[in-house]
Amino acid sequence: MSNASEAPTPDDGLRLMESADTGPVLAADGTPLKRSLGRALRRQKLRALMLIAPLLLFVLLTFIAPIADMLFRSVENQIVSDTLPRTVVALKDWDSTSGELPSEQIYEAAYYDIFIAAERKLHTRLGSRLNYELTGASSLFRKSGRGLDDIGEVYQDQFEDLNKAWKDGETWAQVMGSDAWLSEANSWGKSSGKLAPALELRDGIAELLPKTAESYSSFANFVRVDDGDNPASEDPWSLVYAALWQDLTSGADVSAYSGPNADLLQEAASAAQDFESISFTDGFAEIDEDWVDTPIWQTIKTYSPKYTSGYFLNSVDMKKTPDGPALRDEDQRIYGLLFKRTMFMSLVITISCIMLGYPVAWILANLPARTANLLMILVLLPFWTSLLVRTSAWKVMLQQQGVINDVLVWLGLVGDGDRLVMINNQFGTIVAMTHILLPFMILPLYSVMQTIPQTYLRAAKSLGATNWTAFWRVYFPQSVPGIGAGSILVFILAIGYYITPEIVGGTTGTFISNRIAYHISSSLNWGLAAALGAILLAVVLILYWAYDKIVGIDNVKLG
Amino acid sequence: MKLTKTLLATSALTVAAGAAWAESHMSSEMTLVSWGGAYQASQQKAYSEPYMEMHPDVAVVWDESSNEAVAKLRAMNEAGNVTWDLVDVVASDAIRLCDEGLAMEIDPEEDLAAAPDGTSAEDDFGDLLVSDCFIPQIVYSTTFGYRTDMVPEGVDAPSQICDVFDLETYPGKRALEKRPINNMEWALLCDGVAKEDVYDVLETDEGQDQALAKLETIKDEVIWWSAGADTPQLLADGEIFIGSTYNGRLFSVIEEQDQPVAMMWDAQVFDLDGWIIPTGLDDAALARVKDFVKFATDTQRLADQAKYISYGPARASSAPLVGQHADLGIDMAPHMPTDPNNAQNTFLYNYEFWADYRDDIDAKFQAWLAQ
Amino acid sequence: MADTANSEAFVEFERVQKSYDGETLVVKDLNLALPKGEFLTMLGPSGSGKTTCLMMLAGFETATHGDIRLDGVAINNIPPHKRGIGMVFQNYALFPHMTVAENLSFPLEVRKIGKSEREKKVKRALEMVQMGEFGGRRPAQLSGGQQQRIALARALVFEAELVLMDEPLGALDKQLREHMQFEIKRIADNLGITVVYVTHDQTEALTMSDRVAVFNDGRIQQLAPPDVLYEAPENSFVAQFIGENNTLDGTIKEIANGVALVELDDGGLIDAKPVNVSQPGERTRVSIRPERVEFNVDRLAEGSHTLKAEVQEFIYMGDIFRTRLKVAGNNDFIIKTRNAPDQVRLKPGEIVEIGWQPEDCRALDAN
Repeated sequence: MSNASEAPTPDDGLRLMESADTGPVLAADGTPLKRSLGRALRRQKLRALMLIAPLLLFVLLTFIAPIADMLFRSVENQIVSDTLPRTVVALKDWDSTSGELPSEQIYEAAYYDIFIAAERKLHTRLGSRLNYELTGASSLFRKSGRGLDDIGEVYQDQFEDLNKAWKDGETWAQVMGSDAWLSEANSWGKSSGKLAPALELRDGIAELLPKTAESYSSFANFVRVDDGDNPASEDPWSLVYAALWQDLTSGADVSAYSGPNADLLQEAASAAQDFESISFTDGFAEIDEDWVDTPIWQTIKTYSPKYTSGYFLNSVDMKKTPDGPALRDEDQRIYGLLFKRTMFMSLVITISCIMLGYPVAWILANLPARTANLLMILVLLPFWTSLLVRTSAWKVMLQQQGVINDVLVWLGLVGDGDRLVMINNQFGTIVAMTHILLPFMILPLYSVMQTIPQTYLRAAKSLGATNWTAFWRVYFPQSVPGIGAGSILVFILAIGYYITPEIVGGTTGTFISNRIAYHISSSLNWGLAAALGAILLAVVLILYWAYDKIVGIDNVKLG
Repeated sequence: MKLTKTLLATSALTVAAGAAWAESHMSSEMTLVSWGGAYQASQQKAYSEPYMEMHPDVAVVWDESSNEAVAKLRAMNEAGNVTWDLVDVVASDAIRLCDEGLAMEIDPEEDLAAAPDGTSAEDDFGDLLVSDCFIPQIVYSTTFGYRTDMVPEGVDAPSQICDVFDLETYPGKRALEKRPINNMEWALLCDGVAKEDVYDVLETDEGQDQALAKLETIKDEVIWWSAGADTPQLLADGEIFIGSTYNGRLFSVIEEQDQPVAMMWDAQVFDLDGWIIPTGLDDAALARVKDFVKFATDTQRLADQAKYISYGPARASSAPLVGQHADLGIDMAPHMPTDPNNAQNTFLYNYEFWADYRDDIDAKFQAWLAQ
Repeated sequence: MADTANSEAFVEFERVQKSYDGETLVVKDLNLALPKGEFLTMLGPSGSGKTTCLMMLAGFETATHGDIRLDGVAINNIPPHKRGIGMVFQNYALFPHMTVAENLSFPLEVRKIGKSEREKKVKRALEMVQMGEFGGRRPAQLSGGQQQRIALARALVFEAELVLMDEPLGALDKQLREHMQFEIKRIADNLGITVVYVTHDQTEALTMSDRVAVFNDGRIQQLAPPDVLYEAPENSFVAQFIGENNTLDGTIKEIANGVALVELDDGGLIDAKPVNVSQPGERTRVSIRPERVEFNVDRLAEGSHTLKAEVQEFIYMGDIFRTRLKVAGNNDFIIKTRNAPDQVRLKPGEIVEIGWQPEDCRALDAN
């Protein structure tokens, strides 16, 4: 384009085409026409793509991403294996159905995991996660966060009694850290604005004192990153003392160690054999008897994989057990009932919207534009008032001391003693939601009806059809796409509604969405909420698919 | 003489300079989250307005999101963008936020003001510090109010919790909260379980069934509420005879709106409401919030709040300072849930128990409700 | 004229008035009678009341006053579906959700006619409009002309004796329209049905109709067979509306022996046939068809009045020549001449003398 003077003219191409009788058709510049066309089209497509890029990005970010996130959350369960990595591995070999308690190794792993989690304040979070599956897990973990200190303190006290030097964080740093790290760490100051240097273990110490090295590393990392302090000058966790005791009593050859404080270490090694000790199992038992019972371990094992079907099972009134999925106790089954009720009531609401909306849309479509527009404002008016106000207005209307009952009593149709119960039940929900969703039925109906000329009815009548036949055989079939569109809108909105059912639904008029809202905002069981939402989404998609099969999605017109 | 003057002036200057330095390191904006309505208004009058008088440069923004604070805080935390500086929550939410690592642990000695007589904050708040993250403000109670004009003739007004379950003597609709907490305890209490055994019984499946069975006897007559404003409205409309709600709501129906409603304090359940500081605040915001919290939870401020709403201050030292209602001019002390006349038979919300059993019992309760 | 046809009239309007708003009359005192088998066209500009008349006949509008009779029975209060009148609508109004055959079958179904007979009749109707193979198609799959045929077949399939057509060819292109005009006429003649046809296209009206009712301003201006309408318009509206026409304004000087002497406004004198003028001194507008103007004045009778004309423009149109002249101050005076081998071709600027037979020039009202 830029050097137009040199660019071949279309004439060149024509000449070329004439000269080359055989072979591919060439474009004006001699490239094969196909490639040239492809390039031109690609450019066009790219330009079009760039034009819609902001929209695409917006849709992706605000629509696709949340749904994907929801689907992910409904199976995601990494919290268990992230918080208790050692325990999860150790539990692999434990037979959860045997009824036997886990071995001391498992308790040991759990001690390290929960201790570190408690330092990082993650243990209570895991507790609330597991409490969804096992009642009591929440307080068990909260308690254990504090209680586990007692185990390590048994050893910490004895080490410190043996030699005061063990009290000092620097002693530990000298033993565990390399000389280079030590000198770097000692010159570090908090005001530098940088993190303290990362721990570099002394050569050979990881082989000599493996558990101590590991737990000291965890400690150093925590101090450095989470607290922003210098590990070289901080006193280690009681966990590290317990680890050292374990290493020393499991045959570590400390005589091979020749670094700083070697004498201290040797002294400790010989004394450690006679230390008062406590098994991890007993330590846990002391915190809470529940730790020496199988359910908590079964639950941890059942929920140790990174992904779980547990939330989905829960959403269909089932639960994971060591023996596989099983139905929940009858008195805890609620979601099946609520799903069925949600579907049924949404259907009833959709049908009432059709019954009420169709005549209104008909009138609107057949009135002169001016009057129709005025009436349309009345139809749209509910959109301009707050949902809460509209719903509360129904409360005033429908309650036993409300307007409708008052009128009925005044008319003598109903005795003062037996006023009708029209709210806090399914009836109230259906009435209020029909009112709220009616515009979503009227609008597509209206826009479809507007496109149906009156002459069809006249034609039908001139052909001998009565008013009813003309309507039913000629007009109605043509308005079906509007009914379809309106029904899809109303139905899908209805199954997702929760504010109105919450306010006027009482106990029999609540929807599955009320439970979703509860799990989102009150119980914080977002995984379950996501699973319920995913099921609802699947139901909608299935219904949509069925609708397409039966009625045909081309038969849906929003205007 | 001259020397002392100079010394005084110097030290005053130093103090002032120190204060100015501290001030300059504090954020000048603060977002407080509360419940809206009369409660938030009382906090504004008692806490934030005097604070802003002292610090005219500070802008305080209120957000009425407390009823969904836990979920929102979790979402903010996951998104890494916490925009709230101080959040008013009930104690059970505070415990949960603390468990989830969403609320900051506080040190009462350092972060809270001591009582005027020198009692430390830790002792002054006492048992009400139910979580390491929780800074209590008020004690409120969930209790009953009833229509005085709907008490059947020849019958005494209801005075015991079990009157709620007595449909024969007291016919009419009841309003109860749409959750198991409190209702289960009341049901057991009225089904012959001794008060000290309630939670031991409620721990078991049989106990839970027993409580639900008791509730079943009045189920048809119950309207289940989920917003604190429901029961007062239902009482005012004459839709119900008796209903549970927060005592402050009933105070306003009785004293401010002058409705024919009276309190029934028996077996009221105390609960706490207070502040938590979200985790993840930057230094400037944290400094400001800590400064505000120290001020807003001191003895005088907590006592001041009771001028505007009938909730009891969470500090022991505030109780003697509770005076009269700011507009109505009536003594507030008799309207406090903690007043000895009202507090003859009380429960304290069992945080530990419900933290564990909430998910489980709620599933059962909702399944029972839905049937 | 209505009175005379009364006894044998199949369709009859008697003193029919229609008002929509109660203030103005859309149809003013309409009297019309047509015998069985007649093809009557209602022609007029839009808003002249012709469609309203048709709709009153079909039953979709009610007459504000007067009677409409079908076969001697007043039908004012009979609902449309009981009138048994076939109707073809402007945009065909074929039901889009039904196939062609279902469309045709519809009037038979509502008449509770048995299935086999229905199928027979539908087949016959489709064959009549030469659309036999299209029964299974949907209207949207047909061309405009085909839809038109189906609409016609649908109006005829239940053997209505009266068929109303509301501008049925309006949406077709010229060639198809001409073809369909012929087709409709042929079918109507074959079946012997009575047709009331509404159009604003005068060519259509002239080619198809037995009689044409020219509507204007809510009244029938003239009701006559096409040739009469063209040759002998009764007033200047009809003269103007039907065909091309030259007009000259003037005053009657005298009327004698059925010939009026008219003094044009520029002082020229012409002969004309008095149609709705009676007295000397009356204002008149004379009307003369372009093809009746003679510029070879030798062919006219001795003593005929002629006028001087200046040629403005000569247009070659193939079969005819069209010459625009300036006559008596009228710049748009048109002459049409046949393209014959000996035909004179006038040149712009030429001054010629023009004239006509007095009976070709009609002195009409001055409106």
